[in-house]
Order: sequence, then C-alpha cells, then structure tokens
Amino acid sequence: MSFDLSLIYESIPRMLSGIGITFQLMFLSGLLGLILAVILLLMRISGKWYLSWPAQVHIYIFRGTPILVQIFIIYYGLPQFEFIRDSVFWPILREPFGCAVLALTLNTGAYVSEILRGGVLGVDRGILEAGSALGLSARQKFIYLTTPIAARLALPAYSNDFISLMKATSLASTITLLDMTGIARTIVAQTFAPYEVFISLAIIYMILTWIIQKTFGRIEKYLSRYVNP
Amino acid sequence: MTNSTSDALIQMINVDKFFGEFQALTKINLEVKRGEKIVVCGPSGSGKSTMIRCINRLEEHNAGQIIIDGKELTDQVKDIDAVRREVGMVFQSFNLFPHMTIVKNLMLAQQLVRKVPIAEAHKVAMHFLERVKIPDQADKYPVQLSGGQQQRVAIARALCMKPEIILFDEPTSALDPEMINEVLEVMTDLAKDGMTMICVTHEMGFARSVADRVIFMDAGEIVEEADPEEFFNNPKSARTKAFLSQILTH
Repeated sequence: MSFDLSLIYESIPRMLSGIGITFQLMFLSGLLGLILAVILLLMRISGKWYLSWPAQVHIYIFRGTPILVQIFIIYYGLPQFEFIRDSVFWPILREPFGCAVLALTLNTGAYVSEILRGGVLGVDRGILEAGSALGLSARQKFIYLTTPIAARLALPAYSNDFISLMKATSLASTITLLDMTGIARTIVAQTFAPYEVFISLAIIYMILTWIIQKTFGRIEKYLSRYVNP
Repeated sequence: MTNSTSDALIQMINVDKFFGEFQALTKINLEVKRGEKIVVCGPSGSGKSTMIRCINRLEEHNAGQIIIDGKELTDQVKDIDAVRREVGMVFQSFNLFPHMTIVKNLMLAQQLVRKVPIAEAHKVAMHFLERVKIPDQADKYPVQLSGGQQQRVAIARALCMKPEIILFDEPTSALDPEMINEVLEVMTDLAKDGMTMICVTHEMGFARSVADRVIFMDAGEIVEEADPEEFFNNPKSARTKAFLSQILTH
C-alpha cells in the first residue's frame, strides 16, 4: 500500500479547525468535573450516610460503565422523557455538545473525586492533630491544612485523569460533534485513507498530551516547593 | 498534699479510656497545680500518651471528669475549644505544617483562632523564634531544618498561643542523640519561667532536675507518684523498681 504524505499535509489543518471544540469539551468538562469531584468528595467524607451513599452510588455507576455508553444514554436516552424535554435543561441537552459535556463531567467527576479522596487520606494524621491542638476548627483544618497538602498528593493522578479526559473528548464525535476526531472521520469518509488521517490525528493528540504533561509537571513542581526546596 | 480543688489547673477524676475492648486508662486521678512540672514515665503501651492526649481532647475519655482551669471537658465543641486555647501540645514527631514556612507555622493559629492581626502575629512569632534561638530560620520550610530545630519550632508554635499549660508527648524520642539537649534546654528554660508542664519522657536527667513530681504509669494505671528525689532513690512499687532498673542500667 502507498502512504500519501500530501494527504497528511492537507488533513492536519482541517482537523485542527476542530481543536476549538476539543478544547471547549476538555476545559468545560474539566472545570465542571473538578467542581463535581469536590462536592462528591465532601459528601463522601462528611461522615453522614445520607450524603456519602449518593456520592458512592454516583461514583460506582460512572466508574463502572464505559463512557461511550454513558454518552449514548444521555444523548439518545434522556430526550425520551417528556419531563426532560419540558425542563430548563432541555436547551442544553437538546444539543450534542451539551450532552457530551454532561457525560464527560459526570464521568471525570467520579474519577477525580476518588483521586482527591486518596490525597485527603494521605495527609499525615499528626499534622491534623497539631491543628486540633492549636484550636483550629474542622473547617479551618480542611481549608488550611488538608486542602493544600492533599492537592499536592493528588496532582500526579489528577494529571493522568486530565489526559484521559482530553482523549475521551474524541468520543463526542460519535454523537455528531465535529471535534478533531469528528472531522477526521469526515475526511476518511471522503478520501478512504484511514491510515494517513488517523495517524495524523493520533500525532495531534500526542502533542496535546505532551503539553498537558509539561503543564502539570510545572504545577507539581510549584506545589512541591516545600518538599524539595 | 496541700492540693485543694481550687488551685488545681488540671484535674482528672476517675478517668477511664477504652479503645474498643481494650482499656487504655483505668481510674486515672491526677491534679496539677499552676506552675507545676510533671514528668510521666512508664513502659510503652502503659497509657502515658493517651492520658495527656485526653487532656486536650485528642482522645475522648469514656468515664470520669477532666477539668481544666475550672472548665469541664465535655462533648460540647465550645468546651473543647476553650480547653484547647489554654493547653498547648508538643508532639513526638513535631507535626509542623510542611507546606508553610516556619514563621507561617507560628502565625496560622494565632490568626485563625485568636484573631490576632497579621503584623502582631508576625511579631509574636519572631519573638518566640528568638526565644528558641532560631529566628534566622523563619522563612525556611520545616523539611530544611534538623529534627532538633523542628521540635524547637513546634515548642515556639505552642507558645505563640499563650497557653496556660504545655503537654509534651515524648518530645525527644524521635531525635538523634546530639539534638536532644537543645530541645531539653528550651524545655528547662520554660520550666524556669513558671510554665505548667506535663511531660511524657524517658529523659531521667530532665525529670530529676526539672520535675516537681514524677508519675509512673503501667497498664493504664498510675502506679506511683512522688517527687523526683523520692522516686529515683526510693521507689515503692515493684513495677517502678523493675522499670527504673531497666532504663537506668545503661
């Protein structure tokens, strides 16, 4: 078989025109997912069963099922219900973009809350006892001691999850979104050259991963300044 | 004993503590007067740490009463906060806040708990860092300091809260031998200034020179209580004798 280099040169700029959608999906679900993760975490460590159980159920469902299936359920399944079509969320859920962001948010929120919980559990108990002994309230200990220390402990695993999220945005192409993968599939349908196009696409994703890795590396270095000053 | 109830700063009355089925403290009765220095010793697992951790509610006692400066320690958050404001604690493993510089370690609780303005908190912090002789380390992180320096910072951090009492939970046990003295010196200075202290330690030299009373614990009970002279030269109980012969032979 032949490998058509000129096709690569032509398709890369076309695919990059979808990078905006990829970035929107990534940053929007990343941000909302992080907020959701913190809420789920607080529910889990609240010590109250009526908060902790719903959080655990959410985490179990969204970690226990493939994200592609979650996207399909939200995109194809939710509009079946009349109360959803009547709700204020319908303008968002009607759009594939809204469905993709919702699915990615719910999914990454579940994973990240577990990552954050690992960080919280990793905080040395003695440090919190010192906080108690000095008279800090539970809330003050959480804000000033647990949060900064847990953030550093959780960051390497979180950067991993963020990379997974970036790659998972490509699944949005299955519900008609023209992100980079959506555009690549269109090009393949026109040119019948899956090899060149998908390899180019893979390279773009790898470059994005590299950038994310480097960025998190810097944040990690900053947050660890007190460990290796 | 001339202890009357009124001038006791700490009173423990028939205090029991269980960890599950295990009884860690049995009928502990202890009175500490203002300005008194108490050294607590005993074999590991004898309940020494548990006893002092009950005083500032790091452990919850299951029966009996603990009264600090007239305030009884109950489940009420208000009471616990009130007691913790009066009781400072120094831990075996220092427990400095690793993500904050030394001076920030000393300022945090002043600002959050005592609502001291930042400039004043800084001044107080530097004052106590000078007192423990490490003002030049103020802007470093804990990990950059030696164990002895970290423990001195931990003492200064407790002092910044102007406590009535300081509890020491084996403050020198995690230190390399050459650093033990610098910490004991700071503690001796504190004692001279009249601080009320309860100190769990096996530093018998410190006990001899500083303590007003030595308490020996075994299996969750206070077995013997005497002034250091009496305690070391003329121990009454067989358990105390056995313990002393083990730690003083080398």
